[in-house]
Amino acid sequence: MPKKKSSEKAGSGHNLARLTELYNTMTRIRAFEETALTAHKAGEIPGPLHVSIGQEGVAAGVCINLTREDRITSNHRGHGHALAKGAEASRMFLELFGRAGGYCGGKGGSMHIADFSVGMLGANGVVTGGIPIAVGAAQGLKMLKSKAVVVCFFGDGAINRGPFLEGLNWAALYNLPVLFVCEDNGVAAFTATASVTAGPGVMARAASLGVSGVSVDGNDVVAVDAAAAHLLAEVRGGVGPRLLHAKTYRWTGHTSTDAAAWRDPVEVSAAKAGCPIARLKSLLIERGAANVEAIAQAAAGEMTACRSAAHAAPWPDPATAFDDVQDVGAVRHV
Amino acid sequence: MIDVTLVDAGRLAVQQEMRRDPRVWVLGEDVARGGLWGQYRGFLEEFGAERIVSTPISESTIMGAGLGAALVGTRPIIEMRIFDFVMCAMDELVNQIAKIRYMFGGQARPAVVVRMPHGMWRNSAAQHSQMLESWFVHLPGVIVVAPSCAADEAGLMVSAIRSDDPVLFFDPKDLWLAADRMPAGEIQPIPFGKARRLHEGGDLTIVTWSAIVPKVMEAVTLLAAQGVHADVLDLRTLWPWDEAAVLASVKKTKRLLVVHEAVEVGGFGGEIVARVIDQLGTAHVKVARRLGAPRLPIPFSPPLENQIRVTTEKIVAAAMKAARE
Repeated sequence: MPKKKSSEKAGSGHNLARLTELYNTMTRIRAFEETALTAHKAGEIPGPLHVSIGQEGVAAGVCINLTREDRITSNHRGHGHALAKGAEASRMFLELFGRAGGYCGGKGGSMHIADFSVGMLGANGVVTGGIPIAVGAAQGLKMLKSKAVVVCFFGDGAINRGPFLEGLNWAALYNLPVLFVCEDNGVAAFTATASVTAGPGVMARAASLGVSGVSVDGNDVVAVDAAAAHLLAEVRGGVGPRLLHAKTYRWTGHTSTDAAAWRDPVEVSAAKAGCPIARLKSLLIERGAANVEAIAQAAAGEMTACRSAAHAAPWPDPATAFDDVQDVGAVRHV
Repeated sequence: MIDVTLVDAGRLAVQQEMRRDPRVWVLGEDVARGGLWGQYRGFLEEFGAERIVSTPISESTIMGAGLGAALVGTRPIIEMRIFDFVMCAMDELVNQIAKIRYMFGGQARPAVVVRMPHGMWRNSAAQHSQMLESWFVHLPGVIVVAPSCAADEAGLMVSAIRSDDPVLFFDPKDLWLAADRMPAGEIQPIPFGKARRLHEGGDLTIVTWSAIVPKVMEAVTLLAAQGVHADVLDLRTLWPWDEAAVLASVKKTKRLLVVHEAVEVGGFGGEIVARVIDQLGTAHVKVARRLGAPRLPIPFSPPLENQIRVTTEKIVAAAMKAARE
């Protein structure tokens, strides 16, 4: 099993169309979150946002290898996963703004975006919340003789919760079609993960349960794509679960209200210098792509339009607060 | 009618529904070997290892995997072994299963049954005897079922399996092996939220459920011998609960006693008392009272356990007081 893949080597196998698609996805995720942060600062979005700026390569590189029927589970930092899986930015913006027409009708907000129609089984406000759901979804799909697989995104902080151990053991035990993706940004909320994590980390923990995997530079989207393609081919082949460990970096604080003054500025500057989108852009220009600037501009324009539309959209009818609790025993009065 | 235990009744209901619907399956510890009480006996032979799945002792993932499997279109029965172990799966139950339909704006239907045998079970001490059903009545998004006899165990289980809402099914552990009878033939679903009248009387209303019901009925016989005739309602489901039946009965008797095995403080009896007074008004309710256990963990030793148990004698005394004052 390869431990590292370099973009030079893996990128040579990528055609320009695929690189362009990755770039399009990553710039859309970046533009979505930067626009959302701006809107949040302007007081247009209620509640906190957990953004993944700097981590776009992981969502894009993994999800380009999925079909619509494949499922994903996500975590509290899930805008990128949803967009990469095919969720509509416009309906995501409506949800962030708490407006009618949002994915959850304004009941979920940023932390609970789901789009079952594209196999996005939901972001989750609880660390590891998606892991048992992912293995169960895989077990159900297997029972229904589906060919679909499940990708389970979680962060490095999640490996210290019990459901991580339970879920990996479960997936290995029942030989389930799951790709676990540890998006390792080095921080668990406000704490350096290494300072609260014993042992050599996620790869070794997974290996101890018989789940093998690949560790990649998560800021090298070409490497992420290649590793995900390789691992998903194995998972689709029926070998059971695999792990993709993608080392990345979160540029921002924990939430939109955290100015992240606690971050080491040298570390942050270094991460920005190695921006995964800029790296892919260089590769695209090197490979002769002509429309690189236009893609980024289109992404920014799309998200600005989504923001305006969401800002102008109606609030949900307050009476809908009573909808979708349960069929039997639903409460219909205040 | 056929002679059965509650275990048999539950087994027949699950078996009937698994034969009817290939999407129904069971996961939990030791279920493939028949379950702790034999409630899945013979399932491995009939349905195979893919539909009766013995799992690791991983409560979080038993619960959460059940949810995940429901989200892709199967209909899992999640066996928790005994109720007390659900504490290890509270995130998956409370934050995920109960919320997922609402939080996602109706996109998800977590059609799961969570089976949690609960209650006192002789000399099993504080971590194997609890009744905390009131916690879950407090939780929006779920149906709470707590039968006390074979026919209800079977009929409510059929409804639970066919429900698109998540159903928390509290099997009464202490009654599970008791001899009972139920109708022969196909098990018909019993609708949620309908109480069963166990005795008619005009002197007071007793509302009760789950494992304490046989003791209530012993007490009712003793009360009748002393000239006190109770109207007894077994709620069977705690959410939704049959408020209309309770109100109609209290309108007639003007006196209410709720009897539950769970701790009295903060128990579901308090909610019933409050609703009855709220709906009928204090002028029409002379007595509205609860009888439950003292606010203590369940002790191990028989005399200690007997000390805190809700007994027939305590029910008779409470009912007599409520009827006469």
